[in-house]
Amino acid sequence: MKSLEKITMSVQRSHPYIPNSASHLKQAMLDSIGAADMEDLYATIPEELRFRGEMNLPEALDSELELRRHVGNILNRNRSCQDLLNFRGGGCAQHYVPAVCDEINRRSEILTAYAGEPYEDHGRFQMLFEYASLMGELLDLDVVNVPTFDWNQAAATSIRMIQRINGRWKMLYSELIAPDRLATIDNYCRSAVELVPVRCDPQTLSLDLEDLEAKLDDDAVGFYFENPGYLGRIEDQGQQIADRVHGAGGFLVVGADPIALGVLAPPSQYGADMTCGDLQPLGIHMQQGGGQAGFIATRDEEKFVREYPSRLFGIARTRTEGQWGFGDVLYDERTSFGAREKGKEFVGTATALWGITAGVYLALMGPGGMQQVGRTIMQNTRYAMQRLSAIDSVRVRASECAHFKEFVVDLSQTSLTVSEINQRLLQRDIQGGVDLTGRMPGFDGCMLVCVTEIHSADDINRFADALSEIC
Amino acid sequence: MLKTATIRQTGTCSTTETFRQARWNEPIIFEMDNDGEQGIVVNKPSRKVAETVPDAESLIPQSMRRQDTPGLPRLSQMRVLKHYIRLSQETLGADVNVDVGQGTCTIKYSPKVNEQLVRSHKLADVHPLQDDSTIQGSLEIVYKADLFCREISGLDRFSFHPRSGTHAIFAMASMVRAYHESRGEAEQRDEVVTTMFSHPSDAAAAHVLGYKITSLDQDPVTGLPDISVFRRAISERTAAVFITNPEDTGIFNPQIKTLTDIVHAKGGVCCYDQANANGILGVTRAREAGFDMCFFNLHKTFSIPHACGGPGCGGMGVRKEFARYLPAPVVDFDGQRYFLDHNRPHSIGKIGSFIGVVPAPVRAYAWMMSLGAKGLREVAEIAVLNNNYLLHHICQIRGASVPYAAGQRRIEQVRYSWQKLFEDTGVTTEDITRRMCDHGMHMWSSHHPFIVPNPMSLEPTESYSRAELDQYIAALRSVAEEACRDPETVKSAPHRSCVDKIEHDWLDDPARWAMTWRAYEKKKAAGAYE
Repeated sequence: MKSLEKITMSVQRSHPYIPNSASHLKQAMLDSIGAADMEDLYATIPEELRFRGEMNLPEALDSELELRRHVGNILNRNRSCQDLLNFRGGGCAQHYVPAVCDEINRRSEILTAYAGEPYEDHGRFQMLFEYASLMGELLDLDVVNVPTFDWNQAAATSIRMIQRINGRWKMLYSELIAPDRLATIDNYCRSAVELVPVRCDPQTLSLDLEDLEAKLDDDAVGFYFENPGYLGRIEDQGQQIADRVHGAGGFLVVGADPIALGVLAPPSQYGADMTCGDLQPLGIHMQQGGGQAGFIATRDEEKFVREYPSRLFGIARTRTEGQWGFGDVLYDERTSFGAREKGKEFVGTATALWGITAGVYLALMGPGGMQQVGRTIMQNTRYAMQRLSAIDSVRVRASECAHFKEFVVDLSQTSLTVSEINQRLLQRDIQGGVDLTGRMPGFDGCMLVCVTEIHSADDINRFADALSEIC
Repeated sequence: MLKTATIRQTGTCSTTETFRQARWNEPIIFEMDNDGEQGIVVNKPSRKVAETVPDAESLIPQSMRRQDTPGLPRLSQMRVLKHYIRLSQETLGADVNVDVGQGTCTIKYSPKVNEQLVRSHKLADVHPLQDDSTIQGSLEIVYKADLFCREISGLDRFSFHPRSGTHAIFAMASMVRAYHESRGEAEQRDEVVTTMFSHPSDAAAAHVLGYKITSLDQDPVTGLPDISVFRRAISERTAAVFITNPEDTGIFNPQIKTLTDIVHAKGGVCCYDQANANGILGVTRAREAGFDMCFFNLHKTFSIPHACGGPGCGGMGVRKEFARYLPAPVVDFDGQRYFLDHNRPHSIGKIGSFIGVVPAPVRAYAWMMSLGAKGLREVAEIAVLNNNYLLHHICQIRGASVPYAAGQRRIEQVRYSWQKLFEDTGVTTEDITRRMCDHGMHMWSSHHPFIVPNPMSLEPTESYSRAELDQYIAALRSVAEEACRDPETVKSAPHRSCVDKIEHDWLDDPARWAMTWRAYEKKKAAGAYE
């Protein structure tokens, strides 16, 4: 009998991720297909295209322990929002992630599935159909897409959809939408529409209806604004805006934060034709921006449905009475898979895992949970606005107006820049808000503060006290 | 006689003939609603907050208060959990099946250790707009993943902003536009050329920016675009070429450098769709093939999980003369610290939020560190070996054939045809797809464009053992033989999957389609389904 050591020595082991890489296993397979060696299999690649050098990469880390230690040590140089008391938002926010959300989205079956058929992947189809159905209840709309990359993409695609429907060329938008979103929309939509900003009052952060009315005409595709806005302000002129846009024959697209919609009216209830936004608040970790996912929703009207580029999963019957199945709606004529450039924009890998997770979140929360989280955020936000307003050199913009989750703190009366203030907060293990200097015209010296349901009164007080000391 | 799908002496896999998938008949979650149950208790504001701000509703302007209650179901926590766990059991991820049946998708092993790393709070709970000093770890990894990808491609700089491969194609098209705008040729150059066997997204994403698309047919013998036809398609109006190589047939185009030379001679830009790179890592590179830009799908070649369809990442590389156009900000290193460079006046700007799906390059970095240069080359070689092993054995199955480039080896995947089987038995590729479910295997139905009759696209990657490949082959053989013997059983499949054959008549009918439960209920109440 061979000793253990001899057995170990006598066989070349494959890489743990590459079962057929041991030389004898590889050779046996080459033999079985009549190939002399690997070069035989690459014979179609001409010599002048062959890379004969060695890639300059670090030596492989052989053991899983070494790998884990190496990558873990680098990541440990990050300071996370568990290390810091966090008040930063601006399109991505720290909310509570229920344990069941993570339990589901790390399930092997779900995490490693991709594009199976509606039979062996029946669960994937049902989870995404249910996601759309749950979002539909929150948004009070009947069609919701399998989510796209993020809110930026959802807004850009919404604009392209309505442009294709009415064929006009001028797209109006509120000047207070998120600056990164505007940049994305600009790059994505420039070939189809001219983007025209509509003014907002820099003090009340509310839309200037007269400017909107002046710019709406027969060429206007429609109007896009965000509610709650990028700066947290709840716009209360929704219906007036919708009436004006519709009066000019345009479409109204509203970007909304879904975690607000247990307490705030969904845009469809004040006249929006399309609603879009990001799922990240709904049970998804921030992941340095990796948790974004864009939803798009409309009424169940053919003119809208035919313009979606995304996958849309519909419910269907099977040959067994009472059994539910699922399938793609208008796949061949609508999606770029089926119709290439004649389809609607493009579709492919997007953010299905976050759609599923948002569905789990809404199922856990139910109507009561969504109402409570909305209330808690409203109250925490107001409390933080009051605490910060009380600091001498600090002014909260539009402090008399309703805000959700975010608000603007004007620090221009202090002797420090927002960046300096944030550095000093960081020394106290506090992460202040987004510095709007150079980011939003008219808001230099301002900080966008984000407060959610995770913050206690003590957290907010600690932030206010630190700001008071620094400023 | 039926050959059962039993396998080799060593590394044996069990038969798939008696496989049965979970069939839970889970109701739609709304049907489970039970007033009084709740899944989670949400925290109320702290006492101090509630004392100061006692009421939320009064803070909301009357016109913006939600008047109705969202019609979400009410379910206790374990019921929600169980519902989703059951649905997960009705989902056949790569960790469950021999996932070689999704050609073009490179379904490989996504290492669990990488998953643990990205789910650490040191990444999961990091905000995308943190100060550079607090994200030195992830910036270092993104920067190094860029350096590694430069080695693999021969190009000069990578960005991980794109959130999928198609998103990367769109971003490349945006950079092409910026490049021609900078030269005052944007108006003149309004055409993009691609091939029919490049991914449909190459045509679709470029078209979003207004480009006219020319898709070149393949030569019926070689399966590749004819060089003289290609030459005629390229002119001073050509903005760019977007091409996959190997194309979705698994055939490597040996004249790829000639093609890029033709494009460059006319002033066009060459964009390499490297979604199919798994068989060529360390073997052949974008630089030698003459490309200006390329992208890799990190969720394909670089092992990050496919996640039911994202989030993914298109790692996008450029030659240095195009680096100025990359989306902003870019990750850089000054010798001491890593930082985000926002000062990019020539950048196309933003294609999406923040700097993309950061956990993607982190997973890819860990994967590359587990392999090194030799290991990456091994990945490619074994992926090609596995593919040619499948090719060899599947060609021996009755009714299967391989169009184009007869007798030639393929790189990482093959587009097969069941046309002969169809002619003999009436069984289509779609029927086989459904019957393969009964064996616990994917054989997916997306082979766009449907040029190959009754197509099947298989890509075995490096992740599957010979025994598993044999298992897949045996299952296919079993289905093909069954098609000859008992075609009705194949045509009426599935029989052992989660659900029975689906009726598609509602899905394209505006009166009956329902993409949400509430739409279904409304249409049902209106009598649409009677």
